[in-house]
Amino acid sequence: MPKIAVIVPAYNEEVSLPAVVKDILQLAATEKRDITVVVVNDCSTDGTARVMNSLDCIQLHLPVNLGIGGAVQTGFIYALEQGFDFAVQMDGDGQHPASALPLLLKEQQDKGWDVVIGSRFIKKEGFQSSAMRRVGINYFRKLNKLLLGIDLSDSTSGLRLLNRKALALAAVYYPDEYPEPESIVYFARNKLRIGEVAVTMEQRQGGISSIGRMDSIYYMIKVSLAILFTFIRTQNKSKT
Amino acid sequence: MGRIQIIAICASLLFLLIIARLIVKGRLREEYAIVWVVCTLVLLLFSFWRNGLEVVSRLMGIIAAPNLVFTGAIFAILIYLLHLSMVVSGLQDQNKTLAQEIALTREKMKTMEHQKEIPRRENDKA
Repeated sequence: MPKIAVIVPAYNEEVSLPAVVKDILQLAATEKRDITVVVVNDCSTDGTARVMNSLDCIQLHLPVNLGIGGAVQTGFIYALEQGFDFAVQMDGDGQHPASALPLLLKEQQDKGWDVVIGSRFIKKEGFQSSAMRRVGINYFRKLNKLLLGIDLSDSTSGLRLLNRKALALAAVYYPDEYPEPESIVYFARNKLRIGEVAVTMEQRQGGISSIGRMDSIYYMIKVSLAILFTFIRTQNKSKT
Repeated sequence: MGRIQIIAICASLLFLLIIARLIVKGRLREEYAIVWVVCTLVLLLFSFWRNGLEVVSRLMGIIAAPNLVFTGAIFAILIYLLHLSMVVSGLQDQNKTLAQEIALTREKMKTMEHQKEIPRRENDKA
């Protein structure tokens, strides 16, 4: 039975975190899977640390706020060091339902992907994000297609499964800010095989998005630049 | 020696003194201080050698000497700012690695303490 680490980055998620962790543990029990929940507390200023104490999970407390990418990477490094076969990133705000876990795992088993992304746009069910956000996601889809030649419908999705090969890469480099689209480029350029599977996402249960409305333009420019630079940086690797 | 020349020389020397003091007190690392010391020495040189500015400007084909000062100063500042951005980027990377290492180590320590406690409790029962 594969050992799975579910990595939950949490920044001020005291409201939604307990339900997220309990859902995952419940699923692990009913499906009889070897799942360990790893919560990474990104230096929260609310009661997240206290809430974590009452939950059955591995606790990683960052002494300074690193942002979502740095937090997730900490979890990836932990999973790699502790010999987990797979790591699944799942946000602490309740957007990603635990029921998506078996879907990601099955897709990996069937097709042997190195990275599987949970996409909310394949079946077009559940929370579909705002229109503005979808324009951005579409733009990244086109950019990915152009640069990498792979078609991913939801490259900003934070719900993703990584095998050990992908974990080893993520431990070396993972972007700090808005890591989702950029890391796909990084993975693809390092010749990882990336697949996606349809999942249904919820509207966040608590906390606020890491991307405010005012930050959207900055987000687009920053991520575009990051994608481009990652593309150039990994030029030689993909040729050999 | 004109009044402005004396002021310039005093200011340059004062600046040099402040930098020296900062280095002695350990508040400024030598590698960053080098740039400042060199800048001050250039200032000092032109404070003493008043015609120097005119001479260098003519050599470079600049008509108004003050333009050389502004161009040179702005260019030097830009380069130094770039250098500082590089330093900050490096620090940020190191800071991130350290923070992650601390989080992981803390977890490991907790597990180890936990493992130590379990046999102790079993001994208490017996």
